[in-house]
Amino acid sequence: MANPYYVSPEQLMKDKADYARKGIARGRSVIVLEYADGIIFIAENPSATLHKVSEIYDRIAFAGVGKFNEFEQLRIGGIRLSEMKGYSYSREDVTAKALANAYSQSLGNIFTAEMKPYECEILVAAVGETSEANELFHILFDGSVSDRQGWVAMGGQADALGAYLKDKYPNKLPALKAAVQLGDDALRNVEARDMPAEHLEVAVLDRNRPRRKFRRLSNQELVTILK
Amino acid sequence: MDPMDTSGGRRAGDILRMPVYGPGSSFTDLLKTAAPDHLPATKLDGPIHAPEGTTVLAVRFSDGVIVAGDRRATEGFQIAHRSIEKVFAADDMSAVAIAGAAGPAVEMVRLFQTELEYYEKVEGERLTLEGKANKLSQMIRANLPAAMQGLAVVPLFAGYDEGRRLGRIFKYDITGGRYEEDDYHATGSGGKDARSSLKKRFKEGLTRAECVKVAIEALFDAADEDVGTGGPDLMRGIFPTMVAISGEGSVEIAEDEIKDLFEELIGERRESMLLPDTHAVDVRRAKPEK
Repeated sequence: MANPYYVSPEQLMKDKADYARKGIARGRSVIVLEYADGIIFIAENPSATLHKVSEIYDRIAFAGVGKFNEFEQLRIGGIRLSEMKGYSYSREDVTAKALANAYSQSLGNIFTAEMKPYECEILVAAVGETSEANELFHILFDGSVSDRQGWVAMGGQADALGAYLKDKYPNKLPALKAAVQLGDDALRNVEARDMPAEHLEVAVLDRNRPRRKFRRLSNQELVTILK
Repeated sequence: MDPMDTSGGRRAGDILRMPVYGPGSSFTDLLKTAAPDHLPATKLDGPIHAPEGTTVLAVRFSDGVIVAGDRRATEGFQIAHRSIEKVFAADDMSAVAIAGAAGPAVEMVRLFQTELEYYEKVEGERLTLEGKANKLSQMIRANLPAAMQGLAVVPLFAGYDEGRRLGRIFKYDITGGRYEEDDYHATGSGGKDARSSLKKRFKEGLTRAECVKVAIEALFDAADEDVGTGGPDLMRGIFPTMVAISGEGSVEIAEDEIKDLFEELIGERRESMLLPDTHAVDVRRAKPEK
C-alpha cells in the first residue's frame, strides 16, 4: 500500500485558511453598526433578491459575506434551528449566543474535517432592550467567534472599512439617518467609486418595532436619507 | 443531554448542515425529519373528551375582514375556561379562529403560525392567501384520525389578499375540505345563531366600525341562544376578542372599544326588550286601571 505524502498539520491549516480568505476577499463587504434604536446592516449588493442580510428570529438577524451558496445554507440552517427551538420551548429561549455557538461548532468541524473549508464569514446580531444588551457575534470560516461592540466590517474590504470606521464611528450612538450615511460614506470611500442607492442593501433590527424587530429599508427611504 | 442539542430534537450541527432543499421551506417537513415527536399526535385510541372552543366568526368589510370569537371553553356542560383566546393572528395579513377541541386547535395554530413565518423567512416572501388557506387545509386533514376520536378541529381562516386587494374568508370541514365564503361565516356551537344574526345585519361595503358592531351583535345573539357561547362577562370584565385585517396589516381591536360597544348594545336591547307593556306575559295580564 502506498503511503500518502506527509503534510504537517500547520501547513494543512494554513493552506485551508489561505484558501478561505482568498474566497472571502473576492466578495463584497457588509458593515454592521450599533445605532440609537438598535443595529443596522449596510451592504453593497446590486441584487435586490439575493440578500446578504436577513431575519433569523424575533430579535436576531444574520449577515454573510463570501460564497453565497455557503452562507445561504448557514442562514437557512439558523432559521431552522431557531424555529425548532422556539417551537419546542418558547420564543424567549431563542438566543443569539446559542446560535453563534452552533455556527461556530459547525464551521469549526467543516474547517478541520472537510476537504474544502467554507469561504464565508458571518455575523449573528441580536438587538436588546437597551443598547448595552445588544449582541454582535462575528464568526469566521474556521469557527472562531468574537464578541463585538459598536461596529463590524466583513468581506473583501474588511480591513480598509475597519480602519475607516475606527476613525469615524462616533462616541455617541448615531441616529438611523447618520448611521446609514456613515455606512454609505465608508463603502464609497473604500471602494472609491460611485454607489447608487439601489446597489445598497440596508436593514435594521429596531427595538421599537413589535415582536419581529427586523426591517429592510426600501430603496425610496434610502434615496431620501442619502439625498 | 447532548450539549450541542439546542433544538429540543436533533443535534444542532445536524440541523445546520441539512441540505437547503432537504426539508425545504415547510416547517412541518423539518419537524418530520428533525423531531417527529413534536408533531401533533394523530393516532389515538378510544374517544377522548377535552375542552372545546365554541363560537367564532369572520365578516368582510370594505377594506378587509374582521375575525372575532367568544372566550368560553366548555367540557360537556361545564365551563372549562372563561377567558380562552380563540382568535390568533396567523401572520401580518391573516388570522385564524378556532372552534372544536381546544388543545389540538391551539397546537395547530401554533404550528400554522410557525409554518407561515418560517416559509416567509426561508423564501424571502410571504405565501399567498390561497397558499396559506391550502396549507391549513392539509393540517386539518392530517388531524382526521384524531377528529374521529372526538378531537375535531374546525378553524375559520380569513385574511387580506394582497393580489386581489380584498378580505377573504375560508371555512373548513373535519376532512380538510376548504370552502370559500363570500361575505361572512360563523362556526362552533353557536355558529348557526351567529350566522342568522350576520345574515340580517351584513351588507356590502360596511366600514370597519360598522363591521365591528355587526360582529359584536352576532356574538351577542349566539351567546343569547347557545349555552356553549360566552357573552360579555361584565362581572369579570372578560370580552370577546377581535382582529381586523386590511392592506395595512392586522390590528387587534382594543378591549375598551369592544367593551363600550357591548354596553351600548345591551342598552339598546334592554330598551327594546324590557319595556313592561311589550312583555308577552304582561299582555295577557289585565292592566291595572289608571
